[in-house]
Amino acid sequence: MYETNYHRPKTLADAAALLAKSDEVKLLAGGQTLLPTMKQRLAAPTDVIDLRHIDDLKGITESGSGGVRIGAAVTHAEVAGSETVRRLIPALASLAGEIGDPHVRHMGTIGGSIANNDPAADYPGALVGLNATVTTNKREMSADDFFTGLFETALEPDEIVTAVTFPAPEKAAYAKYPNPASRYSMAGVFAARLADGSIRVAVTGAGQGGVFRVSEMEQALSSNWSPDAIAGVKVAAGDMLSDIHGSADYRANLVSVMAKRAVAAAG
Amino acid sequence: MGVDGIGARVKRKEDRRFITGKGRYTDDMTAPGMGFAAFVRSPHAHAKVKSIDASAALDMPGVEAVLTGEQLVGDGVGNLICGWMIHSKDGTPMKMGAWRALEPEIVRHVGQAVAVVVADTLAQARDAAEAVVVDYEELPAVVDAVAALEPGAPQIHPEAENNLIYDWEIGDEAAVNAAFDSAKHVTSMEISNNRLVPNAMEPRAALADYDEAEEHYTLWTTSQNPHVARLVLSAFYNIAPEHKLRVIAPDVGGGFGSKIYVYPEEMVCLWASKRTGRPVKWVADRTEAFLTDAHGRDHKSHAEIALDENNRITALRVKTVANLGAYMSLFSSSVPTYLYATLLSGQYDIPAIHCNVKTVYTNTTPVDAYRGAGRPEATFLVERIMETTAREIGMDPAEFRRKNFITEFPHQTPVIMCYDSGDYNASLDAAMKAADYANFGARKAEAASRGKLRGIGMSCYIEACGIAPSQAVGSLGAGVGLWESAEVRVNPVGTIEVLTGSHSHGQGHETTFAQLVADRFGVGTDTVQIVHGDTDKVQFGMGTYGSRSGAVGMSAVVKALDKVEAKAKKLAAHLMEASEGDIVVEGGEFKVAGTDKSTPFFQLALAAYTAHNMPEGMEPGLKEGAFYDPTNFTFPAGTYICEVEVDPDTGKTEIVSFVAADDFGKIINPMIVEGQVHGGLTQGIGQALLENAAYDESGQLITASYMDYCMPRADDVPSFNLMTTETICPGNPLGMKGCGEAGAIGSPPAVINAITDAIGNNELEMPATPERVWRALQAAQPAQAAE
Amino acid sequence: MATVTITVNGKKRSATVEDRTLLVNFLRENAGLTGTHVGCDTSQCGACVVHVDGKAVKSCTMLAAQADGAEVVTIEGLAQGGELHPVQAAFHEHHGLQCGFCTPGMIMAATDMINRYGAKLDEATIRKELDGNICRCTGYHNIVKAIKAAADAMAGTAQAAE
Repeated sequence: MYETNYHRPKTLADAAALLAKSDEVKLLAGGQTLLPTMKQRLAAPTDVIDLRHIDDLKGITESGSGGVRIGAAVTHAEVAGSETVRRLIPALASLAGEIGDPHVRHMGTIGGSIANNDPAADYPGALVGLNATVTTNKREMSADDFFTGLFETALEPDEIVTAVTFPAPEKAAYAKYPNPASRYSMAGVFAARLADGSIRVAVTGAGQGGVFRVSEMEQALSSNWSPDAIAGVKVAAGDMLSDIHGSADYRANLVSVMAKRAVAAAG
Repeated sequence: MGVDGIGARVKRKEDRRFITGKGRYTDDMTAPGMGFAAFVRSPHAHAKVKSIDASAALDMPGVEAVLTGEQLVGDGVGNLICGWMIHSKDGTPMKMGAWRALEPEIVRHVGQAVAVVVADTLAQARDAAEAVVVDYEELPAVVDAVAALEPGAPQIHPEAENNLIYDWEIGDEAAVNAAFDSAKHVTSMEISNNRLVPNAMEPRAALADYDEAEEHYTLWTTSQNPHVARLVLSAFYNIAPEHKLRVIAPDVGGGFGSKIYVYPEEMVCLWASKRTGRPVKWVADRTEAFLTDAHGRDHKSHAEIALDENNRITALRVKTVANLGAYMSLFSSSVPTYLYATLLSGQYDIPAIHCNVKTVYTNTTPVDAYRGAGRPEATFLVERIMETTAREIGMDPAEFRRKNFITEFPHQTPVIMCYDSGDYNASLDAAMKAADYANFGARKAEAASRGKLRGIGMSCYIEACGIAPSQAVGSLGAGVGLWESAEVRVNPVGTIEVLTGSHSHGQGHETTFAQLVADRFGVGTDTVQIVHGDTDKVQFGMGTYGSRSGAVGMSAVVKALDKVEAKAKKLAAHLMEASEGDIVVEGGEFKVAGTDKSTPFFQLALAAYTAHNMPEGMEPGLKEGAFYDPTNFTFPAGTYICEVEVDPDTGKTEIVSFVAADDFGKIINPMIVEGQVHGGLTQGIGQALLENAAYDESGQLITASYMDYCMPRADDVPSFNLMTTETICPGNPLGMKGCGEAGAIGSPPAVINAITDAIGNNELEMPATPERVWRALQAAQPAQAAE
Repeated sequence: MATVTITVNGKKRSATVEDRTLLVNFLRENAGLTGTHVGCDTSQCGACVVHVDGKAVKSCTMLAAQADGAEVVTIEGLAQGGELHPVQAAFHEHHGLQCGFCTPGMIMAATDMINRYGAKLDEATIRKELDGNICRCTGYHNIVKAIKAAADAMAGTAQAAE
């Protein structure tokens, strides 16, 4: 790791001011991705801003519309264990409980995960699958607008995610096929029927451009919410990631399999 | 047997320090003024080193020195060597290319070191290492051994034309060919054995301290065999004469073969300590471990088996290409030859075997012994072709094996080994009973109702351990003898120290070796201390590998105990005025049989040291040493049965049951033996399902971290069902065969036989990743549909 | 440079360290507690697991500065007054360790998982919960046994105390 300067602001405004200073400043949320990257000297921020001590970024609350608002600095373990989340969106709690490993879940945060937008991360699937809203220190935006590509988001250089608000769906489930080595997602499918009856099928881990929706599956499920309805739907292998753990063909197959399992699990 | 004696499940004496965080590993050692080493490593698989510019690095804070291969060679540090001479079938010696600890001219694998930085802190050393500018001229690289033999392949060492190290053979080729000519059935197949990275959890490390006044070096290092390390460093690498070099292997966090060898980094730390005048420490990070620890396996073979009209095997013919990587590691040449081809008879009576082995240089990390070393490759080949043959001739795989088992001992195979004892039917029967083999069909049907494909597979393995009679290995090319040493020191108050040349890095010697003493004298294991791993404390010894610490290391302890007991009995007889033949040792006392006369062990020890009343001519003291040279290899054997369920949608395999029935001969501590089997099985299952050291065509190791190299985790393996059968090994005083490698040797074919049974397609390579299984299923489905 | 004060095993430890110093390095080098190990660079092996403010984390994936003001418990802080913690005792009793290198992280992970699940821990859950800890020696068989036994023993003790 290159030497860096550690900062621990107490307020969002202080954090934003530090972040605005230069492009070489990075936000340190749980650090479970950033620190390994820095250790491998693949990232060299001059400064890191610890977000874990800002009260505004903490807490899980029931949102006005019967959904859940999760502060950006809330850990995966907190989401997985939250009575509120388990009651309102059990699929989200179980997704959080499958990220990484128990120690990583104690540190890693939802804000950090979505801001990094690793194509193999789990949370982007839930955000897109549930049509969540991302709140930053500057604005609100839909998950569909937030994720813009591989490790890319709509965040401005001096913008900080403060919370994510998930509407409670009518039914939802996440089915994940983990990478056997890293335990990241090789194909994770979040399938949901939202309160307004709309259907969302979001896939993470498999696509070359990060999280994506499968509109053919969504249409098929709109008329018939059952695994059989999507049995014949295949995603294009050409759009899938390919590596030693799974070729594009294989990932395309996994997407179909995990989608069916998610729909079955959602009931 | 006493409470703590032979056969007892004694809890480990060494545990307390490890469970309280008080273990002392090499990285835990410090020395005043210590500097830290960071290596500058090649990013290329094959390149000329045109220049090295250290000027910027030398100006960085805390940097003490930047040292290069040119300086190393200039200082007369010797090349790394391979210590086992193999001759090609035409009689020419193996072609060993020059291997320098820091390469000044041509790098031959990614991660090879070209320079080292020594600085005040590790962070400074790493910062500076990055600032060393090396100008490389890239050369074409080759990573696949078969491709490396092709005409026009990149030439890696000038010494080895076409990258061929040796072209070796064993067995009677004419007899084998004749058997094939008259065979009623022939099965042939291509079999590859995937390359693995040992991955001991403690990365390699070294702390070297040169004392200028004494011209003496101390090296704390992660070694399975500190004396061999000292010998090699002294005799071949010119670091220092042996009496000026102390090698200490303190607590070592696993070895599995990878810590047998002396590597460039340890040598460089010693040399750099003298150069810089300060102690130098280096600890591998995991990526360095992936790039520089000797890898294992990496064979490609063509195998054929011939049967007569009674389905009895008449011959086995094997051609193997073994990838040894960019350099010949210390024992690399012996692995694909005498540790491999000599086991190709398996548990079977095969009249004729011929095996040809070509070993090849490639632009990859050197390959050497990894848990099992050669024997897993042989077992995988034999047990895969046995299974395949049984399927081809439509015979139950268990019955086909049983029909061809060796049943009489000793049995001379056509490939050197003479099996001394065994009962292969006994372990097969035990395993089949435990696995409920007979009712597999019902379980398969039940699984099918859940949409799962269930399969069963077995492996009847044999291996050769206890390596080995020195004269025998010498005649086969070994540069060392493979005996072991022990010294038993009874202290004046009756506590006992055992100094052994074996080294414990997880095996529990501090407990099991103490059990031998407890058993012999009826004392508690708490009065016994096992001393190992320090060349200044312990007499020369050969170390721990090849499942030899029991059969060879403990036999040396037994010999020393014999001598101590004999002397103690003489002294007891003298003190109690009895005849020596009447003295018995019981419950920590020397007794005169048939009388109530006795002398407690501690009193006898004291008498030996006060020496006030000794028999005529007896020297004071009670301390004896012994060297034990084995009379033969030992031959652990057994049957493993694996049952799997495959998810046809994803290709994911779950091991639902794993039965291991092993014959290890006499067992000293069943708890520890079971632990060895659990660990071995998991490594074998890892090879079969998960692990693969994969290179891309340019020679980059693409599985160089745990993000990509798939280590077995707790939820990848089941709880195991273990049992033992026992035939005593006649070759050593304890009747032991060895247990350290069996699990890793026997399990891969059992897993692959089970999966191929489940999916109905025999074409499946290791590791059987979900994608490979899924593809094999896709390939098998048209055939199934046609049925 | 950052001046960091961490309460380690109940004792306040202060040091001025580079900001890039990892918690594991602070523990090993500044606090002299070498029981916490480093087995990989990518936050997977779990040899470095300690408890920070009561939760198991990978000390190789946390800056020492991030832990400034925190309470840290390492393997050295588990036994009380020479009495082994029940998880330590269970690892010994069930031969849940061989080379010992992964053991501190395993034991810290095990105590954390028992804290969260108590007697509800079954074999499948234990195996799943060990996703972040790699052992190369034991094949996990006896580690799983030890954790189950410790969870049962601790639940029994807790019940008896009620």
